[in-house]
Amino acid sequence: MANPFRGQVIKLYRTLLYLGRDYPQGSAYFKERLKSAFMKNKDVTDPDKIQKLVARGNSLIEELEAMCFLRKYQVMKKKYSEPKKM
Amino acid sequence: MSGRVLVGVKRVIDYAVKIRVKPDKSSVVTDGVKHSMNPFCEIAVEEAVKMKEKKLIKEVVAVSCGPQQAQETIRTALAMGADRGIHVEVTGKDYETLGPLQISKIMAALAKKEEAQLIILGKQAIDDDCNQTGQMTAALLDWPQGTFASEVSLEGDKIKVVREVDGGLETIKINIPAVITADLRLNTPRYATLPNIMKAKKKKIANMKPADLGVDITSRLEVLRVDEPPQRQAGVKVETVEDLVSKLKEAGLV
Repeated sequence: MANPFRGQVIKLYRTLLYLGRDYPQGSAYFKERLKSAFMKNKDVTDPDKIQKLVARGNSLIEELEAMCFLRKYQVMKKKYSEPKKM
Repeated sequence: MSGRVLVGVKRVIDYAVKIRVKPDKSSVVTDGVKHSMNPFCEIAVEEAVKMKEKKLIKEVVAVSCGPQQAQETIRTALAMGADRGIHVEVTGKDYETLGPLQISKIMAALAKKEEAQLIILGKQAIDDDCNQTGQMTAALLDWPQGTFASEVSLEGDKIKVVREVDGGLETIKINIPAVITADLRLNTPRYATLPNIMKAKKKKIANMKPADLGVDITSRLEVLRVDEPPQRQAGVKVETVEDLVSKLKEAGLV
């Protein structure tokens, strides 16, 4: 794996792993999928391909943040905004 | 106003965790259970940080009371943009009986010590659902309060607060200094990403004990028992409308 990308990829993995702790369907499930997704591409050497995969990973960060946030506030809203029954 | 804002943040059991009661019914299981910042406190932090970004205030100080782990919650607030933290150390039995009255005494003492102009708290914690700390803090300081805030705007030396009340929305204008409690719709808190958490490690967290602030944290409350909510009864299916009507009559509902 090209050296300049090693840092980026590791950083990406750590950030995704951290976000996965709040994954709605369970952090263990997320960790498994994350690991296998990264392992699948571990032999890629073409810098262009690596860039593309890293970019995909970065957009996944935004998706995850939105998803975890949405889920949390859905639950909160349900618990705390129900109209009071008389 | 170009002052200092205190934000209280509480470490609670994560919203997604299924709560279990201890077999001796004394309290809820907390060992090894995932904890995170109270969601309403996240909203409070976000509001304070937004004010700082708009240059309406100068400094955001995150405060948390509890054992060593409370520092994690402060770090999350720092990662969201707070400038520094204050950890008021309370452990063991004292921590088990720590409640809104003691917290508000601590917040009031800190507000005086730090010369804060605004205190922003979450409206309630998702573990005890007290909804008392903001109100008590304002009373102890003799400051006005804007609770259940869904909109906050600074107007000169006053604050306009839109409050979520049973009948709809109430808009009030209160003097500064004041206490605000955040409701769900106040804002959308930002995520404390890993890079921000790393950067936040450079920010300072001051350590102190309630005694240092001259606060007595003995509780006037004793928890007698904690029970799980009753199991939901299974529903009953009926074959005909007559059956339904007779069942309703049996239950005294028609």
